[in-house]
Amino acid sequence: MAMATPNKMIGQKIKRKEDPRFITGKGKYTDDVKLPGMLHLALLRSDRAHARIKRVDVSKARKLPGVVAAYTGKDLAGKVGGVPCGVQNAEGNHYSAGVKLNVPPYPVVAIDKVNFVGQIYAAVVATDPYIAHDALDLIEADFQDQPVVLDVEKAIQPGSPLIHEQFGSNIAFHIPGGPTPEAKAAVDKLFAEAQLKASFRFDNQRLIPMAMEPRATVAEYDPGRDQLTVWSSTQIPHLARTVLSMVLPHPEGQIRFIAPDVGGGFGSKLNLYAEEILVPYLAKTLERPVKYTGKRREDFAATIHGRGQVQHVDIAFNKDGTWLALKLRFFSDLGAQMQLLTPSIGGFTAVMATGCYAPKAFWFEQYGVFTNKMATDAYRGAGRPEATMIAEKAMDVIARETGLDPADVRRKNFLRSFPATPPTGLVYDSGDYSKALDLALETVNYKQLRLQQKQARSEGRLMGIGLCSYVELCGVGPSWLAPPGVGFWDVSTVKVEPTGMVTVLTGISPHGQGEETTFAQITADELGVPMDNVRVLHSDTMAVPYGNGTYGSRGMAVGGGALSMSLGKVKEKAKKIAAHMLDTQPENVDYVNGEVLAKADPSRKVTLGQIAMMAYDFSWKGPGTTPTDIEPGLEETSRFEPSNLTFPFGTHICVLEIDKETGQIHIQRFVAVDDCGTIINPLIVDGQVHGGIAQGMAQTLFEGVVYDENGQLLTGELTEYAVPKASMLGHFETLHTTTPTPVNPLGAKGIGEAGTIGATAAVFNAVMDALAPLGIKHLDMPFKPDKIWNAIHPRGA
Amino acid sequence: MATKFNVEVNGTPHESEVDPRLLLVHYLRETLSLTGTHVGCETSMCGTCTVLLDGKAVKSCTLFAVQADGAKVLTVEGLKQNGKYHPIQEGFWEEHGLQCGFCTPGMIMSAYDLLSRNPNPSDDEIRHGLEGNLCRCTGYQHIVNAVRSAAKKMKR
Repeated sequence: MAMATPNKMIGQKIKRKEDPRFITGKGKYTDDVKLPGMLHLALLRSDRAHARIKRVDVSKARKLPGVVAAYTGKDLAGKVGGVPCGVQNAEGNHYSAGVKLNVPPYPVVAIDKVNFVGQIYAAVVATDPYIAHDALDLIEADFQDQPVVLDVEKAIQPGSPLIHEQFGSNIAFHIPGGPTPEAKAAVDKLFAEAQLKASFRFDNQRLIPMAMEPRATVAEYDPGRDQLTVWSSTQIPHLARTVLSMVLPHPEGQIRFIAPDVGGGFGSKLNLYAEEILVPYLAKTLERPVKYTGKRREDFAATIHGRGQVQHVDIAFNKDGTWLALKLRFFSDLGAQMQLLTPSIGGFTAVMATGCYAPKAFWFEQYGVFTNKMATDAYRGAGRPEATMIAEKAMDVIARETGLDPADVRRKNFLRSFPATPPTGLVYDSGDYSKALDLALETVNYKQLRLQQKQARSEGRLMGIGLCSYVELCGVGPSWLAPPGVGFWDVSTVKVEPTGMVTVLTGISPHGQGEETTFAQITADELGVPMDNVRVLHSDTMAVPYGNGTYGSRGMAVGGGALSMSLGKVKEKAKKIAAHMLDTQPENVDYVNGEVLAKADPSRKVTLGQIAMMAYDFSWKGPGTTPTDIEPGLEETSRFEPSNLTFPFGTHICVLEIDKETGQIHIQRFVAVDDCGTIINPLIVDGQVHGGIAQGMAQTLFEGVVYDENGQLLTGELTEYAVPKASMLGHFETLHTTTPTPVNPLGAKGIGEAGTIGATAAVFNAVMDALAPLGIKHLDMPFKPDKIWNAIHPRGA
Repeated sequence: MATKFNVEVNGTPHESEVDPRLLLVHYLRETLSLTGTHVGCETSMCGTCTVLLDGKAVKSCTLFAVQADGAKVLTVEGLKQNGKYHPIQEGFWEEHGLQCGFCTPGMIMSAYDLLSRNPNPSDDEIRHGLEGNLCRCTGYQHIVNAVRSAAKKMKR
């Protein structure tokens, strides 16, 4: 019987292979790329939300010494394509087949009109970045302001001012009903029969993703080879290259796209921005390297925002706590222009709106609405935190209205048999929702905690306990779910080099997730080689095969799946070669721990290093001995197309107390039980959970984009927007249950977004629970102290 | 008009002539090619540009290079000595105190300043001590662990 290679690395807390370069300041981010003769691009951005451009004059800017070129939108019109939306019809969302999607043109530099604060309307290229910025001050422009459109619900009313007149309304798309035409009747029937009903409106405010590294792009053009090389802070080097090739246009094979070290993404670099088109265009036109590095203010105004969704929710339920039906009518605040995936984010809310529960029927209606703001797009969680809010608020409303305990209501409504089929039409791969809930309840000693709360309330203190049992969707695949032109598979190549060193190429594009380490762990175990002998390469289209990048918590679930396949193939080939070397047949050898042994006599063996050398040397034992059934080399490539999405889940519990005098919220305990299937490196998984919780908690407590009534971005800098500092957060307790997924070889589900998805609602529910004795049923996030204080102390009271 | 100034960076003296408006962070990154010090906001809010100026943590994005005249600057590149990581670097590595790595050099330099003032900080003191440095990846928990671990190592 074949001996399994024992796992030594998978499941271990291994410190990361990528870290030495970062802790010594030797990481290489896009702004660190320095090329001879490099020029610097500075951009003039609109400080108006909605205006016709009457005149832009760059002539004075052009005269400033050091300025090489300056452009208005008119100068570039027709010469370079616009910012692409990857969803050209609404069919990227399988509910919305046949739904018309209005995609407005989005020139890289505005020509006739600016539609949001931060939109580019002039560009300067100079020998020095300081000079380029000086030149912006010399540009003159006249505008004619237009009425602004900011509120999604008002924007769709007849008579509203229009942003894109050609569409006749501010509606980008309208899905009148889903998931099926029959769903409405089923929902109406259950609402008619239900013992109890409740309604609420939920405003998922816009957020700034705020990756620590502002967006940056460098491009270099080699006219002799007609070759463009682009370095950009992106999560999707291959997809960016494809799209860039189409919009420039420039032959795809003659673009090398590199994502060097990337300082965080969280979805905000899953895009192709105007700057990422403009920089290569200018490098090609001017035949000199060009760099753009965004300032934080530019990043706040003109990097995609997250969330931005208004939900109207109706739920029907019975006195015993059974959730019968969900009606959801929601509005996605798309912003003025569409970035790569802008129209598709709300679709994730629709498909996950019933969470880990089993209401009998679900119906939804969605509007995608233009507003004079920056585009929204994927931000950590992308539609699922919004969905989780619906289901988790529903659970607490049912508990409140029935007098049942929120934990019991959740348990009563959980989906229990897997694969599970919620009424949204998806099939959940695997799960054990009660197990995660029970572990979380046990960890906080829930019964005792409720008694403490009773005591606190009797003393007039506002103590809150918030639960969130979430399920989310990630490891995105299969490919038919993707927008046209994009696949959801991924790729790996495993090369055993002649010296026995192993090089892994992957199509995912990690930017903090640690796959240089976790993929090395998997490889070390599978091939039986030391981790130090494994190098993982990624994010360079000239070095790695075409892959789909890192987003949607897919790195391990999809990229790891492809890696497993290639490792299996390498082992099979190694066995074939070894069998020849040992004068036997492949079925008579075993691969054990980096060696291939003859089954009959395990003392007869060859190491992977010897096999690799033979694979490349290929001289065998002289003429006539070369095997005819083996190609030289020891390198395998695989592409993994997942059969389904994965559905990580868990329960987060937040315990907090509100200071009545100040409105300040003090989080006393945060327990997260997450089930992401197989865990490769617990240290990295916990890091992902912590960061996710921080971002989820930040939406509930601190962060929110504010545009004033003129569409001016008031939260335009870090000085105006509360990204949490270390002192604003506390200790998170992380625990795990392990329910592997059957849809990929590793059983890993993905953990990048779970923390955010669980934490937002857990903290929300805890605050509402704390305020419940005051009769407060709903407040919109974020819960800054003034909002809480005003709720506790209503005027006139 | 270029202005002449003298500065010692990571033990190496430099005599430079720079535009007086050149920020210290750009001097380090562009003139000296020490790109470990990052630019994250230019409003002194994010802390990715933190370096030590005569032993004290400063935001090098809000100082002109010429203001460092006569001073000693220590950047993240100056921490590893004789091939050995500084205990703070070890702490960040061992405790997984970083993910994307962009805030890390500034975070490490702030931790250096904190531990020089308070060699035995509580978790709360670490969190307050690092208030000038943002991290978007870690939720700070592993950073707190890293600094605590470094403090322990430095006592040995």
